[in-house]
Amino acid sequence: MTLEIVLTVAAALIGVGLFGALSQQSIVMVMMGLELVVNGVLLAGGAAWYFLTPALPDAQMLIVVALVVMAVEMVMGFAATIAIYRARQVDMVDMAEDLNG
Amino acid sequence: MLTDVAVVTLGVLAVAAGAAVFVVDSMARATFALLASFLAAAGMLLALDLVYVAVVTALMMTIEMVVMAVFMIMFMMNPAGLMPMTMVHNVRGSVVVGAGVFAVLTTGIWTIDWPERDGRRPADATRQLGETIMGGHMLVMLVVGIALFATIISGTVLATHRGRYDRFGPELDGERPDDPVPGGLPR
Repeated sequence: MTLEIVLTVAAALIGVGLFGALSQQSIVMVMMGLELVVNGVLLAGGAAWYFLTPALPDAQMLIVVALVVMAVEMVMGFAATIAIYRARQVDMVDMAEDLNG
Repeated sequence: MLTDVAVVTLGVLAVAAGAAVFVVDSMARATFALLASFLAAAGMLLALDLVYVAVVTALMMTIEMVVMAVFMIMFMMNPAGLMPMTMVHNVRGSVVVGAGVFAVLTTGIWTIDWPERDGRRPADATRQLGETIMGGHMLVMLVVGIALFATIISGTVLATHRGRYDRFGPELDGERPDDPVPGGLPR
């Protein structure tokens, strides 16, 4: 087990997640792509702690923050999805293009 | 050696399950593929001696994905996957961006001259994290706590259809609630 292997898995997760977030039309599927990206960050933080700076707690702290980001992203994403669906029956990003900016 | 095989297997599983999220037809299946990806990542964290973080990840993501499955089935037209379905736009551009980012990151990962391991691993990673949360990095936890509280409030506000301000006016001084269908007994 080396740093490079774990980081490569993290990079692959980030790549797949980016593909999903950019290509999916359903708002919920976009959120799943974003979750995959944060999953990669989680793994990269763990690898950085284990292989580079195990004496410092900073990388572990980064993992905790990434976990919180995941939870917040889910909650706010679903709240926004419910709000826009209730207002306009929109469940696809292409139908909410006026929100870009 | 055994750890190596386990980490590589879990890594392949994590990426494969992550890719399956965007391949399978059913929303329920996509959600549980994402859960499999998270559990594999948690297993890798376990191999990195981060027991607490790995367990938190596994537990949190299991609950989160079960909740997500409910939302997926609520919002998707094809929850059971009985018919093939793709709902994508700009696939080629997305593939280019995703593969490009992976290529750039991987090139960097394998060509960078990584520094030597700095310091020794603590006997208990959980104790290290706990002591830093209550010590040097307490500000992070304070901010995280406030952020989560703000998330609770704004999530509720966004998801509420009609609150008391819709019914009784901005000053909450309406005589009777302004409902689309008036309720109560005739008076």
